[in-house]
This record gives sequence, structure tokens and C-alpha cells, in this order.
Amino acid sequence: MEELAALAGGFAVAVTPYNIALMVLGIVLGVVIGVLPGLGGANGVAILLPLTFSMEPTSAIIMLTSIYWGALFGGAITAILFNIPGEPWSVATTFDGHPMAQRGKADEALVGAFTSSFVGAIFAVALITFLAPVVAKFALRFGPAEFFAVQFLTFASFIGMGRGSPAKTIASMCLGFALACVGLDGVTGSLRMTFGHEELLNGFKFLVAVIGLFGIGEILTSMEDGLKFSGADAKLRMDAVIRTWRQLPKMTGTFIRSCIVGCWMGITPGGATPASFMGYGLAKRFSKNGKNFGKGELEGVVAPETAAHAAGTAAMLPMLTLGIPGSPTAAVLLGGLLIWGLQPGPLLFVEQKDFVWGLIASMYMGNIVGLIIVLTCVPLFAAILRVPFSIVAPAIVVVCAIGAYTVNNAMFDVWMMLVFGVMGYLFSKLGYPLPPLVLALVLGDQAESSFRQAMLISQGDVSVFWSNWLCGAIMTLGVVMAFWPIVSAVIAKFKGPDHVARAA
Amino acid sequence: MKTTLKSAAKRLGLAVGLAAAAVAPAAAWEPTKAVTLIIPAGTGGGADQMARFIQGVIQKHELLSKPVIVVNKGGGAGAEGFLEMKASASDPHKIIITLSNLFTTPLGTGTPFSWKDMKPVRMMALDQFILWVNAEKPYKTAKEYIDAVKEAPDRQFKMGGTGSKQEDQIITTAIEHETGGKKFTYVPYDGGGKVAVQLVGGHVDSSVNNPIEAVAQWRGGQLRPLCIFDTKRSTYTQKVTDSQSWADIPTCEESGLPTNYQMLRGIFTTKNATPEQVAFYADLLKKVMETPDWKEFMEKGAFNQTTMTGADFEAWLTDAEAKHRTLMQGAGFLAASAQ
Repeated sequence: MEELAALAGGFAVAVTPYNIALMVLGIVLGVVIGVLPGLGGANGVAILLPLTFSMEPTSAIIMLTSIYWGALFGGAITAILFNIPGEPWSVATTFDGHPMAQRGKADEALVGAFTSSFVGAIFAVALITFLAPVVAKFALRFGPAEFFAVQFLTFASFIGMGRGSPAKTIASMCLGFALACVGLDGVTGSLRMTFGHEELLNGFKFLVAVIGLFGIGEILTSMEDGLKFSGADAKLRMDAVIRTWRQLPKMTGTFIRSCIVGCWMGITPGGATPASFMGYGLAKRFSKNGKNFGKGELEGVVAPETAAHAAGTAAMLPMLTLGIPGSPTAAVLLGGLLIWGLQPGPLLFVEQKDFVWGLIASMYMGNIVGLIIVLTCVPLFAAILRVPFSIVAPAIVVVCAIGAYTVNNAMFDVWMMLVFGVMGYLFSKLGYPLPPLVLALVLGDQAESSFRQAMLISQGDVSVFWSNWLCGAIMTLGVVMAFWPIVSAVIAKFKGPDHVARAA
Repeated sequence: MKTTLKSAAKRLGLAVGLAAAAVAPAAAWEPTKAVTLIIPAGTGGGADQMARFIQGVIQKHELLSKPVIVVNKGGGAGAEGFLEMKASASDPHKIIITLSNLFTTPLGTGTPFSWKDMKPVRMMALDQFILWVNAEKPYKTAKEYIDAVKEAPDRQFKMGGTGSKQEDQIITTAIEHETGGKKFTYVPYDGGGKVAVQLVGGHVDSSVNNPIEAVAQWRGGQLRPLCIFDTKRSTYTQKVTDSQSWADIPTCEESGLPTNYQMLRGIFTTKNATPEQVAFYADLLKKVMETPDWKEFMEKGAFNQTTMTGADFEAWLTDAEAKHRTLMQGAGFLAASAQ
């Protein structure tokens, strides 16, 4: 219970009127940053970082982490309302969140997203509070082979997601891998598929692709449907919070699964984006409502949001205890710690008790304050859908363009966004699923470099992936997941002809 | 027309007079709009930290009347940032912070630029490299470690490093000159912090991390520094761990590993900048370096505080570029178009 005493001390440090004010300011800024695609949490924190040099380290990190929490919350808003993921980790939220909005349930989707974000975050903070040293040691076991195993598991838990033909799913995923290859090859240090064009040096940035594929693609589809948002005429009722909360207890299993997946991915560090995909994939497979996913199921919003927020929060742990950032935003915060004169690493918990426990206390506080702020704004966000399409659509295109430009400060990305938009439209017309492409684009290069690092270390021996129990177990689980349709068919066969007949 | 010319000439004369009057203490040019500081690397790395620190110091001490905007342009191992500097040769409101990719990226990828496409302003410091091993391993000195590499089968020892065909791999190749033909298996990661943690986890055998990337693990008793790749020992004598300071780490040369390498942390502006503009930035950065914040930052990262401007700096750059070319040619890292 030593931790509880330390935590109480942390609350004493964190809870001052000044710090609470900074927290509110940070969260509001963060929500705005999260809503604007392109201007991600990492950029937001980086821009404001120099402002904090003259502040107390504890106050500074409270403000900056609050921006991060705000961005985590805010990413879901545009994902649900307009099918435009404000942050990479909200891509999976669009799969069911936007269909919910189209069916006039935008408010429920928003409440569900915010609440599950909160649950995921609190779970992860509790983990940090009580298990930091143990968990930090566990993270050290992850070498290239283990990283690849986790990425393989993410892909595997996602295979079979596509409703369409498996061939189309594979085609879409391969296109994603090909796009992820463009730019610098980290393992050989040479340029790939840039064909001498300077614009391609940077590769295809995930956010630009996503803004185009989802945001612009959605606008094109809506234009075809007669220039209006479906679901726009939904009645706004103020009891959305209670209505949604009543449905949540049924999803306890999904919450627990996503919390664990999220924390795992945040610590190892895989990041919030793969966590959200994995959370969604697992829920789709193991939930009773799994077959309805993609049509606007609340559980399909809960699963990725819980996992993303748990991962985003848990990413703070390796940053503090090991000095490795679990997410791009954590990387910027890490730079901040050094500038404030704090050295993250094994000794931070010993030498800077006030700072560390103040930060942990502020994580609890920040998420509670954040939840209250975003929940009170739900009717406001949902009301945006009632604005006529002809007014909102141009605004969305402008915001998308600014977002795409912000990613690299390059005009080229704005053109790419439009190309991706047309591609997204064609994909949905031809029945090719987008999620496999997006997943391959976001995880493709990481999986590739982990695989090649592992191959370098083992000198080309593939058995390295089964060289220890940790890696072997994850890989085996991945293989089982990948062949789950066959596995479940076999199980059904053994259960007797009755089940087979029913399944057929 | 005549009158306009005349008045223009008059104004010009007046301006020259004013400039002459002002020339003595202060530089004659000042930014007229926000200054963009480009980082040819991603967020969170060493160059990013230093650039944001410089921005913070300028802001905190109000050293500049116009804001400083920091942007990351790390695509293609930094080529993106350097090409932007090359393309905006006439815009003196752009400056860039450099790391070794100033030399390694054009040589390794064949991207068409060199430091001569920019105007050198000031060398801020040199970043050190240290040979680290896991503290649980028996090697106490660089010699013991190199002897172990010599005796083991080829490629058994794994060296973790940041990026490919960049400074860490160049140093690794240089070390291989002293291992009697035995090679390391070089494993490239995407960041220095990650390399240090992989070394703690025992996934690689050694690293050549910068001091700031591995200091936390050193203080935590997880990593052991064997030698520093400099000709002289570090000058920081304040204890970092219970018993050791940066100055206690022997140079690689005195440990029987005659290799040295430092990484440039310098600031450049665009090619067509006038001498006044270069002088303005050099002076601004001098003020940054005089702040106590900067001194503390230098000590934390055990930087070599060598600073240069003008002709000295250009001579250093010419020399460093030639050195990189030789090292990379020897290792077979040159891109076809850079040969």
C-alpha cells in the first residue's frame, strides 16, 4: 500500500487551482487538436512545449499530458460524425461509429466512445500506479522477434474482417503494404520506389491516406446520395448519456479484452493505433454481436476506443521507466522531460517522487475532467450533423486539406489526399474493404523492419520466432487467429453433425 | 522618373549612413518575419530535442523579436529538410539544425545536395559517442570486449544502432578495422532510446549510443560505458553515477581502439544569405550559448562544447565531408550516384 500513500502525496502536488486550470485548458486545446485531422497530439504538444520551459515541471507536464488526453478523446468526434478519423487511432472507431451516426445514433456513439476511452485510461493508470516496476521489466523482454510476433498477431486478428471476398481483402492489404514501402528503407538505408521524385522521399503518410480515403471518400459518396447526411434528421435528446450507459454493462467482456490489449500494446510499445485495430478485431471475433459489426454496433465503438485510450495511457509507462516513448506524443514529452532537467529512466521513480506521483495523480484527474468536459459537449457535437450538407461539406474539405498539409507542411500531400479520396470512393463502389489497406499502411513498415531485424539477429533462421515461450506463444496465437475460420469449422465438426448443419 | 531615382538614391544614401552608424555593436540585419527552424529528423530524437531547446531558450530570454517556428522534415533520412533549404536559397528566414546526415544522406542515398548548398552559421557543439555494453556482461574495458569479438565466430556479436548507413553503422565499421577481420551483425533501429533499451534487454551485445540516450540506464546500473570515441576525455567531472563521471570514461584510443568520431550539431541558413544575415544568426546563437540553461543542457548530454563560425567552420566541414566519404567508401555504403 506504499503506492497509495505515494499517490495521495501526488494528488496533493497535482490538485491546486492553478494546475486544475491548466488541466482544463489543456483538455480543451487537446480536443480541438484531436478534432482537426493532421494536427495530431504529437504536433500539438511539440508546438506548446517551448511555452512550458519557464513553468514548474509538474505543472508543465500536467498541461501537456492534458492536451494528449484531450486529443485522445477528440479523435473520435469527427470519426463518428463525418467518417474522418481526427487521429490515427480513431480509424477503427469509424467502422461502427459512423454507421451509428447515419442511423441517427450519433449521440450514443459519442457517449460510448468517450466513456470507453475513460475506462481504458483509468485501467491503464491503475496499472501504472501499482505495477510500474514489474511491467517495465516485462517490456525489456521485447526484442525484434517479439515485436514482429505482436504485429503478426494484430494482422492475424484482423484477417477475415472484410465482408467481401477474401481475394479483395488480400488485394487491399497488399496495396497497403506496397504504399508503406515507399520512401527510405530503414534497414538498408536506401530509397525505395521514389522514382527520383523528391515528394516521395517521405513516403505515403498514414494520416494523409486516411483523411483522403475516409473523409474525402465519404463526401463523394454523400454527394452521390443526394447532398445530405443520412441521420441528420435524428432527434437530439438530452438523455443520451443515461441511455448509452445502460447498454454498457453487457459489454464487460469487450471492455476487459480491450483494456488488456491496450495496456499490452502501450507498454511493449506497439502504440494506440495497432491497439485500436486489435481491440476491434478481437471484439468482432469473440463478441456475440460480432457479425453485426460494421453496421453500427455500439460495441464496435467501445472496443477500439477502450483499447486506444488504454494504450495511449500505458505508453507513458515505458517513457517514464525506460526512457523509450510508446507513442509519437510520448516521444515529444520525453524531450520535454530532458529540457526540464528530468532524466527519465529507472531512477526517475526514486529521485523525482513528487514529479512522478504528481503526474500519475494528474492522469486520474485529467481523465475525469476530460470525460466531464466532452460529455457535456455531446449535444453540441451531435448538433453539427443538423447543419445542411452544402454548408458543412466545403468546411470539411477545407479542414481535411489543412490537415493533410499540416502532416508535412507539403502541398503535395493535399493532392495526394484528393487522389486517395477518389480511391476511397472507387473502393467502396467496387466492394474492396478499406480497413486492411489502412492497417497494412500503418503497421506495414514496422512489421517489416521488426521482421528484418529479427532475421539479421538470427542470421536468416525463421525458427527465431519460436525461440522462447513469449515470442512462440504470441506467434502460435497469431497463426491460430489467422486460420480461425478453419479452426472453428473443425471444432464444429467434432461437436457433431447437428452443429454443422446449423452452421451451413 | 528622374526624381524617383534621385530620391531613391537619397534614401539609399541615408540607409547606408544609418547602417554605418549602427554597424559597430549590432548586426545590420534583423528578421522581418518569423524564422523557421527546420529539423531534418523526426520528433523526439537528439536534433529535435536540441532544436526545441534552442527555440525555448530564445523565447524564454526574449532574444528575438520575431517568433521561431520549428518544423520536422525528416523524410528520406533528412533529405526532405535539406532539399527545402536548397530550394529556398534566397529566403534568409530559414535555418536548419544538422546532424551527421548532412554528410551521410547525400552519400548513402544519392540525394543531390551538399552542405555547400547552404550557408554555415555556427557549430553549436559536437555530440559524443560511447561504446556501451550490458552491465551484466563481463567486459570491463574496450580491449576485453574487442578481444572477445576477435575470438568469437564471425558476426556473432550484435551491434545495435540508429538507422542504416548512418553514424552508428559508420562507427561500427570503423571498429571492425580493429577486430582482426571479424564483423559485427549490425541491427538498425529507428531511434537511439530504443537501442539503449534493446541493449538492456540483451537483444544486442553493444551499442554506440550518444551519452544522453543511455545515461539513464548507466545511472540505473544497467549499462556500462567502455570508451568514448573522442581524442580527449570528456571535461565534465561531476559524478553521474555513484562512483563515475563522464571524465572517468577512457578514450577508445587509450583502450587500444584507435577510432574517434563526433557528430556535428550545427546551424545553417540558406545559400544566398548575406554576411550580415549570417552574422545576425551567429550572434543570436552565441547569446543562446551564453545562457545557464544551455550550459546545463550541454553537461547533461556530455557534449563536446567546441564552437566555430566562418572560415574555421567551413574548413571543419570540408574536412568532415572528406572523412565521411572515405569511411563510407571503405564500408561500401556509397550510393551509385554518389560514387
